[in-house]
Amino acid sequence: MSAAGRLAEADGRHLLHQMLRVRRFEERCVELYSATKIRGFLHLYIGEEAVAAGTMEAIGPKDTVVSTYREHGHALLRGVSAASIMAEMYGRVEGCSRGRGGSMHLFDAGTRFYGGNAIVGGGLPLAIGLALADKLRGLNRLTACFFGDGAVAEGEFHETMNLAALWQLPVLFLCENNLYAMGTELARHESQTDLALKASSYQMTAWSVDGMDVLSVREAARRAASEVRDGGRPCFLDLRTYRFRAHSMYDPELYRSKAEVERWRSHDPIPALTAQLQDAGLIDDAGVQQIERSVADEIDQAIAFAEAGTPEPVADLERFVYADAGKDAAR
Amino acid sequence: MSAPARVRLTYREALREAIRQALIADERVFLMGEDVGAYGGCFGVSKGLLEEFGEQRIRDTPLSESAFVGAGIGAAMGGMRPIVEVMTVNFCLLALDQIMNNAATIMHMSGGQFPIPLVIRMTTGAGRQVAAQHSHSLEGWLAHIPGLKLLAPASLADARGMLAPALADPNPVLIFEHGGLYNLEGELDADPGAVDIEHAAIVRPGVEVTLIAYGGTVRVAIAAAEELAGAGVQAEVIDLRVLRPLDDRTLLESVSRTHRAVVVDEGWRSGSLAAEISARIMERAFFELDAPVQRVCSAEVPMPYARQLEQAALPQPETVAAAARRALGIDG
Repeated sequence: MSAAGRLAEADGRHLLHQMLRVRRFEERCVELYSATKIRGFLHLYIGEEAVAAGTMEAIGPKDTVVSTYREHGHALLRGVSAASIMAEMYGRVEGCSRGRGGSMHLFDAGTRFYGGNAIVGGGLPLAIGLALADKLRGLNRLTACFFGDGAVAEGEFHETMNLAALWQLPVLFLCENNLYAMGTELARHESQTDLALKASSYQMTAWSVDGMDVLSVREAARRAASEVRDGGRPCFLDLRTYRFRAHSMYDPELYRSKAEVERWRSHDPIPALTAQLQDAGLIDDAGVQQIERSVADEIDQAIAFAEAGTPEPVADLERFVYADAGKDAAR
Repeated sequence: MSAPARVRLTYREALREAIRQALIADERVFLMGEDVGAYGGCFGVSKGLLEEFGEQRIRDTPLSESAFVGAGIGAAMGGMRPIVEVMTVNFCLLALDQIMNNAATIMHMSGGQFPIPLVIRMTTGAGRQVAAQHSHSLEGWLAHIPGLKLLAPASLADARGMLAPALADPNPVLIFEHGGLYNLEGELDADPGAVDIEHAAIVRPGVEVTLIAYGGTVRVAIAAAEELAGAGVQAEVIDLRVLRPLDDRTLLESVSRTHRAVVVDEGWRSGSLAAEISARIMERAFFELDAPVQRVCSAEVPMPYARQLEQAALPQPETVAAAARRALGIDG
């Protein structure tokens, strides 16, 4: 299909808007971190937006999402409000985890967003369990499970892949392969760097995708999602992407060269899509500005919401450690 | 009114009947774990359940503790009521990431959005000469973790009765079955009522010293109490039943009556549940005590294979009785 045809079909403006929401949100997070409004770990997704924007187009409202500690983008594009995410980073009651999770542990029952998991690989077993529940209950929905290339070295990855394929569970495995397990490059932590090949050894369909191209990601995610839904079996995407910023706010980036980062920045998915849209005559500068304004408004409102938020009372410190039947649990 | 029908059964059969009834009562309940199906359970607990309930509900898993415990957590969040069997407490270390970092934390980390109504059963304890990778009592480690509930059925009634309330609980509940109890035999009502999973139980009343035990050490404490009774000492025996949250009240009330306590714990002494209980008694009943709290724990060695070494490593009725006599100031 021609680029223009793919774009028209893709509603490129929507995808651009989605990617910009994540990019600008996180840029503001960096400022707020420097201003000490946000504390703890802050892992930025900047550079990887095409993955969240493209994959979320294939995940329906009834589906389930399990995510990682680099999950602001997943949560936002899943539909968790920017305001409740920002309030969470501010540690407020109004935060999506009531200020008990922070940046790495965004949760939202309303959008079936099952967390922000900060143990690398730790979310994978949860994902097959959620999918198993759906299968046993006869619900035709999938569980999308995000994780990075670093998780592939964990035992939990292998245990989960095996069980997902063995039990034919409806899981869409989305490997955000940004080439680094924190600071260790893929070839230095994997004996087999073709992660799709590795996944396919578990008897599941798997392939690699250009994770810097949102249209490719969306096409692949849709195809993989139908494989999961119609075939009732897991599917694996190796989404090749790159993190432009440091691993976290504490990372001096000693392990990679500035030239390498610059090389990848030239594949930035946002300018790439903008150029494609402009070439196809689907957006002009004013159109881009309009999107930027709408994104800025959303983030301004989110920050105002977080600023006005309520600190959880210290008297409630031990709340939610246990669920009482019929209390607290339902929200 | 006629007396309720009684049945004679083993601890193993009581556990099995509890699982059976749970499967019948609630279609959300399923059992998964290593060899729970075709093999009938490593210790025979689930024998026959695969034939009765089928593969969807009695699920043999690969040897992937982390994945199937984590899958249990996910399935619990997804609306099911899983019973996950981990073959032994030593093997649960392979799933500790899921137990600690997910099962125990997600409810809190999500601000109360996602309770984890999961039951994990596992075998614990020594006495069967299966050496240092199948014999430990790590309940104390797991009891350290907020967000978990821990149960230790030491009686037939609890083996039969604890599962239903554990499944009804919206929190992750770990049930520790002592390997030495599976063949314990006795009588129960054919249709026993529910048991509570909140309180310790006084299983033998006494007035001079309180022996506090759980799981496999309850019978050791009872044997010690019998030995002490022969010497004219009336020891009270408490079966903790619930290891987290601890039922402080029952313990403190008993100690306030007897003024002496011996804690019997198959775990190692350092950093043990016995240490926790001893500290609580000291903090809250110090002025009731007539003697320091005594502890009888396992020797601090990896559990050895040879019978005489294993037995020497474990709390015995004689060592418990001797500790009670020390507390009473009676020379052993």
